[in-house]
Amino acid sequence: MQETGFPVLSVLIFFPIGAAALLMLSRANEFAARMFTLCAGLIEIAFAIPLITRFQLGNPGFQFTEFAEWVPRLGLSYHLAVDGVSYLMVLLTVLLLPLCVLCSWTYIGRRVKEFHVNLLFMTAACVGVFSALDFVLFYVFWEAMLVPMYLLIAIWGGDQRRYASLKFFLYTLAGSTLFLAAIVAFYTQTGTFSIPELMNSEFSRTFQYWTFGAMALAFAIKVPMFPFHTWLPAAHVQAPAAGSVILASVLLKMGTYGFLRFCLPITPLAAEHFAPLMIGISIASIIYGGFVALGQQDMKKLIAYSSVAHMGFVTLGIFMFNQRGLEGALFVMLNHGIVTGALFMMVGAIYERSHSREIVENMGLGKYLPAYMGFFGLFAVASFGFPGLNSFVGEALVLIGAFQDKLLIGLLAIPGAMLAAAYMLRLGLKMAWGQPASPKGRGWADLNLREWVYLAPMAVLTVYLGLAPGIVMKVVSPSVGKVLADYNAKIERASAVAENEATPREVAEARLNAAGLSLDETSNDLNAAAAALR
Amino acid sequence: MNPEYRLDLCWPELFQLGIIVLLFIQALAKGERPKNVNWVPYFAAGGIVVSVLSLGFTGTIFYGAYSVDKLSQFFKLAVAVGFAITSLNAVKPPDIEGDKRPDYMLFLAFSAFGLMVLASAVELITIYVALEISSYSVYALIPLRANDRHAAEGGIKYIMFGAVATAVALFGYAYVLAGAHSSYIADLQGLTLTFQAQPWVVVGLSLFLVGFLFKLALFPFHFWCPDVYEGTANETAAFAATLPKLGAAVVLVRFAALIVPGWPIATFLAVLGAVSMTFGNLAALAQRDVKRLLGYSSIAHAGYIMMGLVSGTAEGLAAASFYALVYVLMNLACFWVICRISHTGKNITLDDLDGLAQREPALAVVLAVGAFALVGLPPTAGFMGKLFLLQSLWDNGYNWLVIVAVLNTAIAIYYYLGLVRHAYTHEKDVPRNAVRASVSAQVWGTVLAIVLLVLGAAPAPVFDLAMQAGVALLP
Repeated sequence: MQETGFPVLSVLIFFPIGAAALLMLSRANEFAARMFTLCAGLIEIAFAIPLITRFQLGNPGFQFTEFAEWVPRLGLSYHLAVDGVSYLMVLLTVLLLPLCVLCSWTYIGRRVKEFHVNLLFMTAACVGVFSALDFVLFYVFWEAMLVPMYLLIAIWGGDQRRYASLKFFLYTLAGSTLFLAAIVAFYTQTGTFSIPELMNSEFSRTFQYWTFGAMALAFAIKVPMFPFHTWLPAAHVQAPAAGSVILASVLLKMGTYGFLRFCLPITPLAAEHFAPLMIGISIASIIYGGFVALGQQDMKKLIAYSSVAHMGFVTLGIFMFNQRGLEGALFVMLNHGIVTGALFMMVGAIYERSHSREIVENMGLGKYLPAYMGFFGLFAVASFGFPGLNSFVGEALVLIGAFQDKLLIGLLAIPGAMLAAAYMLRLGLKMAWGQPASPKGRGWADLNLREWVYLAPMAVLTVYLGLAPGIVMKVVSPSVGKVLADYNAKIERASAVAENEATPREVAEARLNAAGLSLDETSNDLNAAAAALR
Repeated sequence: MNPEYRLDLCWPELFQLGIIVLLFIQALAKGERPKNVNWVPYFAAGGIVVSVLSLGFTGTIFYGAYSVDKLSQFFKLAVAVGFAITSLNAVKPPDIEGDKRPDYMLFLAFSAFGLMVLASAVELITIYVALEISSYSVYALIPLRANDRHAAEGGIKYIMFGAVATAVALFGYAYVLAGAHSSYIADLQGLTLTFQAQPWVVVGLSLFLVGFLFKLALFPFHFWCPDVYEGTANETAAFAATLPKLGAAVVLVRFAALIVPGWPIATFLAVLGAVSMTFGNLAALAQRDVKRLLGYSSIAHAGYIMMGLVSGTAEGLAAASFYALVYVLMNLACFWVICRISHTGKNITLDDLDGLAQREPALAVVLAVGAFALVGLPPTAGFMGKLFLLQSLWDNGYNWLVIVAVLNTAIAIYYYLGLVRHAYTHEKDVPRNAVRASVSAQVWGTVLAIVLLVLGAAPAPVFDLAMQAGVALLP
């Protein structure tokens, strides 16, 4: 535990809320609302600087801890902290806020103030999710984030925005209601909502099975894993650019974060038990997402389905239960956030020019919009895991983890990587060198300064993390190691307990069975022998 | 002062009686001009202060029939808060002629007074009388809507069902008296309340409770609820939908202290609760009239409150009390918006909410907070209330009811979200001469929304009060 004096995580959560409230009450015009939110985003990044400078590399535990009683009678506390698992996601969330403002600058033309209020609330809730260490507090942020996201899709989305937003809301909320029952069940078993304390408790096998089921359903919908993914393409396609960016970069990560933070440490026996199932649907997600992406004509749909596949790699890595797999999962989470977020920004940028997301309407850009196509090419290539760029590291680690565990699993996941190359290259090639659908394409302007400003950081991160993944590994590895060590210790203890609990009869039966005998027959034989002796 | 008549313990009731007297005088005054009742909310706010100051009072008066304890003071405070909001809501009901406003307000105040008495009543006949005081006023209010056939229908339904329910309650009282030879709850506490040991008392109590389950609109005593909400004026519905539930909740909480979990009566209530929430939510899915929708949703919420009652622990009773208070507040938030939008007193349908976010941004936020609180979505008070209920019930033998409740939340999202969906995502051109809500209406609505959010973020002080009440009942 480490005291910082400056409650950096609380500030990161409550500063955007305060800014949103101020903006809501103000009579700001459109330009002022944009500028205000942009400044708020930059200040938010400034507030996050202590997070970067004071993070202790090599410390596997929770840092920047903040603790206060909330409802003491019921054991609720306001407990925030980050470790290597959540740290990078908090930074990514904070980084995205100003970029989202910039990429919506001309994209959003109506109800501008409300839009930015929602963006600010969204950021606050996302930081809260990744830093909460009290189960109820986590759930509060987890659910609170639904409302701004719902409004982002439902008000500023495409033609079918109402359908898509409703589907998004119903799916995710319905998924997490049972999660609440599981939280309450944990409380009645242990008397605490504290996540670190729950991580140190041990629960019976059946209890773990069903709590795991309740949690996993909520997380699987959020990730989304096949077959719970149907809300995602609809939501992505209909959402405005900034909405898609947050959805892809941060929201989907909450599901995999949940698996890592809760399912592995708190219900390890169930995680082990259900791992084959989870691996199976992870691979199904990878293959299914890849194939469906290959057939898409809509750019956003293509990227949305590719997300299903990429997130399949994350869950695959998590349920391999080895160091490489988990590191890879976290790496993919971060990099998918960067690359896919950037791709959605690019789709938004071209949509502003062509007013269409169909691939055929946006072809032949290489000649007329070279800078745009340059960025697009970089992100597309990064997305399918080109060596030297960030996604390669993560997927490679996951695959190494998979091969370490079982050759078959690794072999099954490989086609996913190839499919990714196929659909991304197809998209990139058509956009760069296809025949322009109409001559109007030639009149479009190339990237302007604003677009450079929000794309450049993403591009720098894409290249930098690809070439120097060590920095991420230094953050992630210790915490992953700890998660894994705790997990293995619990599994071992459970099996040791199971052995000790065997009754003498069971032990005798097991020994006789091993020798090909049955207890009843043997005892009959012994009785007969004793009778004969008498 | 004779200790049996220590009226100084009853300040909230006496204060409320004072408001009634003033209204009575105003109602008798001659004159055709519209009478101004704007002063009532201020006095009602004073009633909140009085209730807060008398939170710590304890004592038993009127020969044990009237108990001033933590539970009663908690509920009196809740009633005072609810009355303040409803009276603020009803200062200018468009359905009611101007010279009848003091009469209208008088009935509201009188009903609230009955509910305060109900909170302290611990003897069956006292409870019965208090229930009737609070009910009769509402019977008079419900048909008070100019030239509306639905109002007559609602009024008749409410009176008929109400009369039957109270008759059954009285019938049950006779059995209790026959079996237990006493009508004091304290005496019943000493009995073993199983059917084998005390058949008359168990049957009698069950029948007596019907009167309150009717008020709470628990399945199968819910028939009146959607029709009455639909038929009555918006302001009256705001009252009838909220405050009487507090009265029912307090009596049920007192009786629940008698119930041991696992006893047939507890299981019976648990089953009714489960059916009630499921039926209420499913029926609400199909509604277009917002008040009808809230009517069905209140049937579902009656089911949720049952969760705290059947758990039979102090936490459960506290959770039920807390939830009853929160329910009143979140429902009033929704009704506040309905009454402000409906300038002519007409019923509001979902389509009337279209474009509310542009037309009345503040009211739209209030509606959204109210609706999300009713779903039980964090960070609102509704979430905390539901969390406390689930928590109290889990591992007390009714885990299935928790699962039913949780699944019901998933069903309920759709129609509550419908309110927000229409307000925010269905856009409509605003007519230039549209009537706007007054600044004070926006401000008070916002205050209500903020209270819901604050109770969600920091429920500890209020929940502690409820908890003290629960612990006092179940030592």
